Amino acid sequence: MTDERTLDLLEAKIGELRQLNAVEGIDLSKEIARLEEKLQHLREKLYANLSDWERVKLARNPKRPYSLDYLETVFEGFYELRGDRVTGDDRALLTGLARLDGRPVVILAQQKGRTTEENKERFFGMPRPQGFRKARRAIELADRFGFPLISLIDTPGAYPGLEAEEQNIGATIAESLQAMAGVRVPSVAVVIGEGGSGGALAIGLADCILMLENAIFSVITPEGAASILWKDKDKAKEAAAALQMTADRLLTLGLIDGIVPEPLGGAHKDPAKTEAALKGEILRRLAELEAAPTDERLARRYARYRAIGRFRPAPPAPATDAPEPPAADATAPSVAR
Amino acid sequence: MSLFKERQYLRIRVDREADDSLWMKCKSCGELVFKRRVRENNNVCPNCGEYFFLTAQERIDSLLDPGSFENLTEPIVTDDPLGFVDNQPYSDRLREAQQKTDLLDAILIGRGAIHGIPVVLGAMDFRFIGGTMGSVMGEHVCRALETAVAERRAFVLVSSSGGARIQEGVFSLLQMAKTVTVRRRLASAGLPFISVMTYPTSGGVQASIASLGDILIAEKGALIGFAGRRVIQQTISEELPQHFQTETFALERGQIDRVVRREELRDELALALGFFAGAR
Repeated sequence: MTDERTLDLLEAKIGELRQLNAVEGIDLSKEIARLEEKLQHLREKLYANLSDWERVKLARNPKRPYSLDYLETVFEGFYELRGDRVTGDDRALLTGLARLDGRPVVILAQQKGRTTEENKERFFGMPRPQGFRKARRAIELADRFGFPLISLIDTPGAYPGLEAEEQNIGATIAESLQAMAGVRVPSVAVVIGEGGSGGALAIGLADCILMLENAIFSVITPEGAASILWKDKDKAKEAAAALQMTADRLLTLGLIDGIVPEPLGGAHKDPAKTEAALKGEILRRLAELEAAPTDERLARRYARYRAIGRFRPAPPAPATDAPEPPAADATAPSVAR
Repeated sequence: MSLFKERQYLRIRVDREADDSLWMKCKSCGELVFKRRVRENNNVCPNCGEYFFLTAQERIDSLLDPGSFENLTEPIVTDDPLGFVDNQPYSDRLREAQQKTDLLDAILIGRGAIHGIPVVLGAMDFRFIGGTMGSVMGEHVCRALETAVAERRAFVLVSSSGGARIQEGVFSLLQMAKTVTVRRRLASAGLPFISVMTYPTSGGVQASIASLGDILIAEKGALIGFAGRRVIQQTISEELPQHFQTETFALERGQIDRVVRREELRDELALALGFFAGAR
């Protein structure tokens, strides 16, 4: 089966042909058209049948637009607010003010790096306690001034390390969650790439959760699940499928509210198109949320999170050698609601 | 009176093989100790002081006034929403855990009193898939919180959990959001929540409900943290101190209010709760 790399190669070749085509006396337009049609066909075939593991790789593809790219295109005038006021400034979780269609919003955004240097600074997009404390500060700012909250989620997870544990990273996540649960302003969270566990959820407890078409959202990385449950690091593919972490699965399970479509081959194939779709969807969802009176919106948020979970009454015990209940119990109610 | 005071479901005869012998070997000091002594000593080794796990029921019995416990754990089981299979189907793991523990999931909740102070108490059971939080535990924690609000009782949660239950995927992850959301109701009602952290209080449970108590009390011998030692070493191969994530480590770094020995926990809770009795 053709893979992404082969298709990219073909695309590059078509580009070269197009350059040649500009040279006087050479006409390759027919060949180019034929190849482009072929490319489109192959790409459709490839992306119609993406396995969950291929989707994971696509969600992690460093060519995809990152938060800072969207902040430049979907929003205007991102004005970064830095530092947790205690120990430092996390570069994997950025906060600040920006305008969306002219109106001020508060941004919570996770940012990965593309180069080794960048990744060193940004800890591969894994936020530390400094980041979650800063997020909480930004969430409270939004609430104080009535600015909608927009989260862009893209992280493998919260940073696992000694310093992070010394600074109680778990509690900083809990407090960010608590702040998000309580804000009176509307909130929209979008998983733009990797939605890794508690580190992602910390800024994801929103009125509306969206995912880009090729993004993933999971309780644990497939590699982590493979090593814990399969006791075999090489079972990440199986784990990716079992965890049901893709946007379409999570929409079917009723855990997210919508999917932002990506161009064929992924967000990076046509960033402008992805950005336009993302902007349109955020605006639409925000308008929807703001159409409801605040108390009603808050009640809906409460009901939404209160209802999450799938369980059923336990089946009655099979007839066993368990002793008969005493006669006095015969009148006791015995049916669950 | 509660509809669910007496569980009517899934009576499983557990073969308590362990009870057949009168002696057990302490995994810490290696000493052969008389089992009944250990039980009477709150599952603490009478020889070296090592803490053995308490089951949820044993924990409840050790904290509440005798006879005051009313079980509110409604008989619900997870729907296995992902139909999860690893080396073994989740449904099989569940059945095994249910048979081993005589529980339907990893938590018991109920009403009770501690030195006469009315509380709603939740206690996790580590034997049940590592005390992990999935749909059922999240639901029970929320119902416990709601009962506390409805009956104006304090809420005490004793955590013993490895974190979110992987087998329920994002359903488990979102139990963090669910419990945190409902926890706010208790705060609005002006009712106290004391979170007791035991061995272990980690992952998604530590990063949500367990860290949001008005007072955080660690039991001696607890493990408190987000990412486990192994995960940290595998991811970034960092040297970790010997007492990493112990109750002393947490106390020194300002992560918890107090450290309490198991046998003093009941009195400690009464003492702390006493301050709130006249509040509001």
